[in-house]
Amino acid sequence: MEAIAYERATNIADALRAVREPGAAFICGGTNLLDLMKGGIARPVKLVDITHLHDDGLNGVRALSDGGIRIGALMRNSDAANHALVRERYPLLTQALLAGASAQLRNMATVGGNLMQRTRCPYFYDTAFAACNKRTPGSGCAAQDGYQRMHAILGASDQCIAVNPSDMSVALAALDATVQIIGPDGARQIPIGEFHRLPGDRPDIDTTLRPGELITAVDLPPSRSAEHAYYLKIRDRASYAFALVSVAAALQLQGDTIQTVHIALGGVAHKPWRATVVESMLTGRALNDEMLSEAAAAQMRAAQPQKGNRFKVTLAERAIVRAVNVAAGRQPAGVTGATA
Amino acid sequence: MNTIGQPLDRTDGVLKVTGRAQYAAEFPAAQLAHAVLVTSTIAHGRIASIDTTPADKMPGVLYVMTARNAPRLPNGGKPEVSPPAQRRLSLLQDDEVRYDNEPVAVVIADTLERATDAASTLRIAYESASAALDFTQAKQHGHAPASMIGGKADTERGNIEQGLRAGVVRIDAVYTTPMEHHNPMEPHAVMASWDGPRLTLYDTTQGVDNAKQAVAKFLGIAPDDVHIISPFVGGGFGCKGSVWSHVVLCAMAARQIGRPVRLALTRPQMFGPVGGRPRTEQHLVLAAREDGTLTGLRHDTFSTTSTFEDWTETSAVITRMLYEVPNLATSHRLVPLNVGTPTFMRAPGETTGSFALESALDELAVKLKIDPIELRLKNYAEIDPQEHKPWSSKQLRECYRVGAERFGWANRSPAPRSMRNGATLIGMGMATATYPAHRSEAAAFARILPDGTALVASGTQDLGTGTYTVMTQVAADALGFPLERVSFALGDSSLPHAPVSGGSQSVASVSPAVREACIAARQRLIAMACADTGSPLHGLSSADVTVADGWVASRADASRRDPAAAIIARNGGHPIEATVTAKRGEEAGRYAFHSFGAVFAEVHVDEAFGTIRVPRIVAVYDVGKLLNEKTGKSQLMGGIVWGLGAALEESSELDPRYGRFVNANLAEYHVPVNADIGEIDVSVLNIPDPRFNSLGARGIGEIGITGVPAAIANAVYHASGVRVRDLPITLDKVMQGANA
Repeated sequence: MEAIAYERATNIADALRAVREPGAAFICGGTNLLDLMKGGIARPVKLVDITHLHDDGLNGVRALSDGGIRIGALMRNSDAANHALVRERYPLLTQALLAGASAQLRNMATVGGNLMQRTRCPYFYDTAFAACNKRTPGSGCAAQDGYQRMHAILGASDQCIAVNPSDMSVALAALDATVQIIGPDGARQIPIGEFHRLPGDRPDIDTTLRPGELITAVDLPPSRSAEHAYYLKIRDRASYAFALVSVAAALQLQGDTIQTVHIALGGVAHKPWRATVVESMLTGRALNDEMLSEAAAAQMRAAQPQKGNRFKVTLAERAIVRAVNVAAGRQPAGVTGATA
Repeated sequence: MNTIGQPLDRTDGVLKVTGRAQYAAEFPAAQLAHAVLVTSTIAHGRIASIDTTPADKMPGVLYVMTARNAPRLPNGGKPEVSPPAQRRLSLLQDDEVRYDNEPVAVVIADTLERATDAASTLRIAYESASAALDFTQAKQHGHAPASMIGGKADTERGNIEQGLRAGVVRIDAVYTTPMEHHNPMEPHAVMASWDGPRLTLYDTTQGVDNAKQAVAKFLGIAPDDVHIISPFVGGGFGCKGSVWSHVVLCAMAARQIGRPVRLALTRPQMFGPVGGRPRTEQHLVLAAREDGTLTGLRHDTFSTTSTFEDWTETSAVITRMLYEVPNLATSHRLVPLNVGTPTFMRAPGETTGSFALESALDELAVKLKIDPIELRLKNYAEIDPQEHKPWSSKQLRECYRVGAERFGWANRSPAPRSMRNGATLIGMGMATATYPAHRSEAAAFARILPDGTALVASGTQDLGTGTYTVMTQVAADALGFPLERVSFALGDSSLPHAPVSGGSQSVASVSPAVREACIAARQRLIAMACADTGSPLHGLSSADVTVADGWVASRADASRRDPAAAIIARNGGHPIEATVTAKRGEEAGRYAFHSFGAVFAEVHVDEAFGTIRVPRIVAVYDVGKLLNEKTGKSQLMGGIVWGLGAALEESSELDPRYGRFVNANLAEYHVPVNADIGEIDVSVLNIPDPRFNSLGARGIGEIGITGVPAAIANAVYHASGVRVRDLPITLDKVMQGANA
């Protein structure tokens, strides 16, 4: 039997030392890694359990002096979603977290692990499909002519059309989060927009995290959009389904005028997709339907859908419109399946 | 005390919620070995080689069974069978691969972990051949099945061409439904244990007797040497109605290594080797007069099957009996693909067929601007129009009436897209539900024990439906015993024969046998008391004595009574026993036996996204007498929930390049979750059908799913003006329809 070493680290220094061995991986909630191991997709030789790290700040949420917050990487998704500071200041994140997975999974999955979850592309997940550049670089991409309902319409490459499945990360992208990291060379931070990669010609690499590095926290800058935030998730059933398209929208309004707008899209790309076109078209303007529709259409003009998911372009356009309208309090949520 | 009909709790409920109910994969055995099934990853071809060297050398590995070294079976593992009673299996007798996920090896080790690990090291080289996976292409060579359940493949009555010409309005449409796979909570599992020539199988099966016969045939041993034990089944829905390859393979492995072997399928292995619902394409043509009277109806169906066995989804069978149509033609054609053989899946034929037929009727109602219920009443079949027989009992009119009232059908504004709340379009739709009432010969014994309790038994099965509970009720009432003094045994092939629990026939078939066996035992008890000088009942005529609450008592003077235990004690202390076989009488040929219902659905459709929610379903059923209101309504509700899943979510996505399903797991194979389900209002008319059996009870296993997909599809049309004829109705289809 393939032996897998298991080591329970008690502090960060311990964990960083233990994971140095080639083929070692951190594990905490295990909601994704264990699945990948059972499927023969991930084959770590050693698991470094970081559930019990004692260092400060890895669990819990604390207020930062600039008015932002820091969420510990080991925090369970359900705890993070329901923390008073998160609920009060970043309801967008609460909504996104609660739209993900199922209650059971959210009770196990951690914030750091959520950032690291891998795509649900069936050709990646099932080793019986030989061609997957993400799993086996150079083997091809079976999804290119395959089942594409859940695949990318933005930022894909001819090597990979997979999407990032996280809901949490979409909200973090809209909220301009920063990922706090510690590694063999000390601490550093990565803006959320640079944390996840586009597939390009290295779809096997999901993030810019370097080997041996550990996520310690996620920082959120101060937000003035708590009153006008909405996470819209459109999916094929009301719960426990991955997004076809999701939109995280956070607005700061003065009267009808949009002072700031932050929008990110999920279910459309290899990473959360910041809707910068919409943001620049809406900022400083008075919100109206025509302008909003135009902005959404302009945002999706760059979309390159697959044969099997052309509908997602229109869906994303309309989702942007709805999410902004709901966030602005101009419209009820509708039949969207977001049942947090 | 009459318990029939009461909403009693399950007699096995506590065992289940406390984890003490033992399922097939939970039975212990000394020296138990664990098997892991290895399945193919190509759709067609042959195995050039399997390198088992690494696996053979791994610690704990006992046997790696492949086509090269598997024990040879009589007739090459392909005995004469007549599907679907017995299926054509993959038993490692040759190197052929006929579908993806077909069994190609079994790895047995001393622990499940070691077997799993060893299985992952097998290196299988295939020689691929071209596979039939393109439905449209394969359809060109569709063939008629030589035989199928429910009647002939093709029928015609009246003159179909004239009938279609006679109408002033015509609907001509094609409806399609996807492949689906059963996903009961408990996947298939079996443990095989040999004692000399005798084989015991702890299996999860819908038919212990059927399993015994099939396993014996494949292994070439006497049926009486096979003992099937299956006390609890974690859901069947049809996939456990047949013996599939893994059962026989497990028995082969156990015999080879001389140890008991357990084999449980993984969730992905539910997608191929153990059946599923085939894809259908159904072409309907309806012609009607201005007033809605149907003059002609044509229903031509294609459904997929495997390349090595014909299995027919009998979608057009209900079309023959549901409405009074003078000119009617139906046909069934099979489209063989390199996939596993399909099988019974809850209301096989009726689920898919009622989607097509009841959608088409709705389209006709729209075209004629007639209320959908009125259209159905206009064409109401007073007798079975195909068999020209009277119904044993048909209360469908009442189902429509009660359903419309409970639902508030009168509040529906008829025009499509005429009801909304902001961006939410509201729709209301309805459909007829139907399922034939089957009944087979069944036997049971009743044994009054010296302690004054009773053991009643039949070789039937409880799939989680409540068979233990309702049979205990039937037995207690017939014996005159309190419920808690009666225990019921089932799921064992050594018990008196009962039919497979499929086709909604267990209650219908087994309860008369249980009842009659109990009445016979009770008569013996009474006779014993009357003849017993030590009994206060001595000298009374049997007719003047009854049994109530476990006491044998005089009808005239209830104080003259004697407990059953005392009577038996004074008369030698032996149990009193009666075994009875019950079957249909001459009434069988005189009537058409069917259950009916009416389903109403309200849907909310998002105008922008095409997302659909179903806040409300109302269903009213005519199923004869319901034996237990709680388990019965639960079962009907379960059918409705599945119908909602079939309407909106469920689909096995076959990658036509490889013949492999891309969503073979419960995260991506969508069945409804709790959040998908709104209010479900189930009621039954509870009008007994005494012509059917002595309890007046027809089966309820499948009718709940029928009609639901059409009721929802019709409601989606009413809400949005988009007619989706291709299940499941996902948001993209609604969006595309709205843009068209």
